[in-house]
Amino acid sequence: MTAAALDIPKPVSPTWRNFRDALRRHPTAIAGGVVLLVMILVAILAPWLGTVDPQAVAPVKRLKQPSADFWFGSDMMGRDVYSRVVYGTRVSLTIGLAVALFSTLVGLAIGLVTGFIRWLDAIVMRVMDGLMSIPPVLLAIALMALTRASMENVILAITLAETPRVVRLVRGLVLTLREEPYVAAAIAAGSRLPRILWRHILPNIVAPLLVQATYVCASAMITEAILSFIGAGTPPNIPSWGNIMAEARSMFQIAGYLILFPGICLSLTVLAVNLLGDGLRDALDPRLARRM
Amino acid sequence: MAVVAFVVFLLLYLTPGDPAAILAGDAATSEDIRKIREKLGLDDPFLERFGQWLGRLVRGDLGVSIFTNLPVTYLIGQRIEPTLSLTFCTLVISVLVAVPLGVVAAARAGTWLDRAVMAFSVAGFSVPVFVIAYVLIMVFSIELEWLPVQGYRPIRDGIWEWARHLVLPSMALGTVYIALIARMTRAAMLDVLAQDYVRTAQAKGLAPPAVLVRHALKNAAVPIATVIGIGIALLIGGAIVTETVFALPGVGRLTVDAILRRDYPIIQGVVLMFSAAYVLINLAVDLSYMFFDPRIRY
Repeated sequence: MTAAALDIPKPVSPTWRNFRDALRRHPTAIAGGVVLLVMILVAILAPWLGTVDPQAVAPVKRLKQPSADFWFGSDMMGRDVYSRVVYGTRVSLTIGLAVALFSTLVGLAIGLVTGFIRWLDAIVMRVMDGLMSIPPVLLAIALMALTRASMENVILAITLAETPRVVRLVRGLVLTLREEPYVAAAIAAGSRLPRILWRHILPNIVAPLLVQATYVCASAMITEAILSFIGAGTPPNIPSWGNIMAEARSMFQIAGYLILFPGICLSLTVLAVNLLGDGLRDALDPRLARRM
Repeated sequence: MAVVAFVVFLLLYLTPGDPAAILAGDAATSEDIRKIREKLGLDDPFLERFGQWLGRLVRGDLGVSIFTNLPVTYLIGQRIEPTLSLTFCTLVISVLVAVPLGVVAAARAGTWLDRAVMAFSVAGFSVPVFVIAYVLIMVFSIELEWLPVQGYRPIRDGIWEWARHLVLPSMALGTVYIALIARMTRAAMLDVLAQDYVRTAQAKGLAPPAVLVRHALKNAAVPIATVIGIGIALLIGGAIVTETVFALPGVGRLTVDAILRRDYPIIQGVVLMFSAAYVLINLAVDLSYMFFDPRIRY
C-alpha cells in the first residue's frame, strides 16, 4: 500500500519474526490494529464509559442536538445516542467476528474435504456456484426476510452468504497443494488423509485464510448495517449501528447527527479491519504485496 | 440457472416460520390457517411443489403477490425502470471514473497520486452505501441546494430532470464499485507495465499515453472486465439500499416493502431476477474476453 511496501527486497517466509518486521513496515496496518483494539475495548467496557441505559426513554429530551449532556445528541424517543452508539459497538463486532470465525471454519472444512474427494467435489461445488450466483447481500436479505429477527439469525444468514467464497479459496489452494511433491511423497509414504491435511495442507492455507477472514469480517459488519437499515436485521430492541441509522431515516433532515455518529463509527471500524487485512496480506504474501 | 432456481426454492422451503400463520394475522384460528395453507398448496410434498413452481417459472410466471394479489412479474415490470436507470448510470459513471484513476495510479506508482487513489479505494470499501448517500444529501441537497433530496422522474418526463435525480444516487452507489474497479485496474496495469513489450514500446519512443492505452490497458482489459462483472453483485445489493435512501420507486423498494410484509412470492421473484441478471452479465463478460484477447476462443 505504501511506498515502503513496494521496496520489500525478497520474499520473506511467514515466520513470526519476519511477520513482525513486515507489520512494522506497514504503519496503516498498525493504525488499523490500534483502532480495532480501541473498538474492542469500547465494546467490553461499554457500561463504564459514561453511558446511561441505551434503552432509557426520556420523552421531554427528544431530538436534542449534541451537547455536554448528550455528547452525540438524543434521538426521537429521548434516548442517549452516545450510549446507544457505544453499546452498538458490541453488536457490530460480535457479528463481524462471529461471521468471520464461522464462515472460515465451515469454508475450511468443506474446502478441504472437497479438494480431496472428487465425487463430493462435483456436487458441493455446484451448490456453491448456485449460492455464489446470488449476490451476497441479496441472499442475506432473502434469508432474513424469512426468519425471525435475532442476532443469531443475522449471523447465520451472513455466514451462509459469505461461506461459498471461502470454500472456493480453500478448494483452489488445496487443488494446487495436492500436486506438490511433498504431498505426493506423504501419500507414497502411506500417510492417512487426516494427517496429510493436518501436517501438509493446513499450514499452507492458514495465511491466505487469515487474510480472507479479515475481509469477511469487514464485509459482515457492513452487511449487518445494511440488513438493519432496511428493516431485515438485528431486532429493533438491540441498539446496533444499523438500527440507530434505520430509526433516523425519516428525520435525517432535522437530525443528521443521528446518522453521522454511528456512520462514522461503523466506517472507522470497517476501515480498521480492512487496513489490518491489507497489512496481513502484505506481510504474509510479499509476492502479492507489490501488486495490490 | 437451474441450480440457482433450486437453491432459491430450497432456501425459502427450508426456512422456519409459517407464511400462512403470518398471513392470517394474530386473530386467526387454526382452521383459518389450515385453509390458507391449502389454498397456497403448502401441504403438498416437496418435489411436487418444486415441480409446479419450476413449471410456472419456465413459462415466465413468478407467482402472485400474497399481499396485493397482483402477478409478481407485473409488479417487477412496474418498478424496473428506476432500478435499471440507477444501475446503468452507476455502471457508466463508475467505469468512466475508475478505469482512468487506476491507469493513472499505476503509471505514477509510488507517488502521492497513487497513494491518494489507493487510500480512496480502501476507504470506499469501508463506508456503507447509505452513509455516503446521507453525507451527499446533506452536502449537495441541504447545504448547497444544488440537487433534489429524494425522488425519481421517469425518463419520458425529460432527460434533464431524470439525470438530476440520479446524480446523487449514482455517486453514492458507485463509490464502492469505483473503489473495486480502480484497485483492480491499478493491479492489472502494474502487471502489464512490467512486461517486455511495454518497454519496447517505450524504447521506440512512443508517447507515454499511447503506450499506456494502446499497449498496456488493452492487455489489462480481461481482469478489469472480470471485476466489473463480479462487482455487479455489489451494485445489486447496494441498489436496494440506495433506492430506500433516495425514495426511488424501484425494485429495491419493492423488495424492502415485501420484506416488511413477508410477501414471499415477491422476494422469491426478485432474488431470482437479480441472480439471473448477475449470471447473464457475467456470461457476457466471459464472452467479451474474446474481443479483448483474440487468443481466447470458446
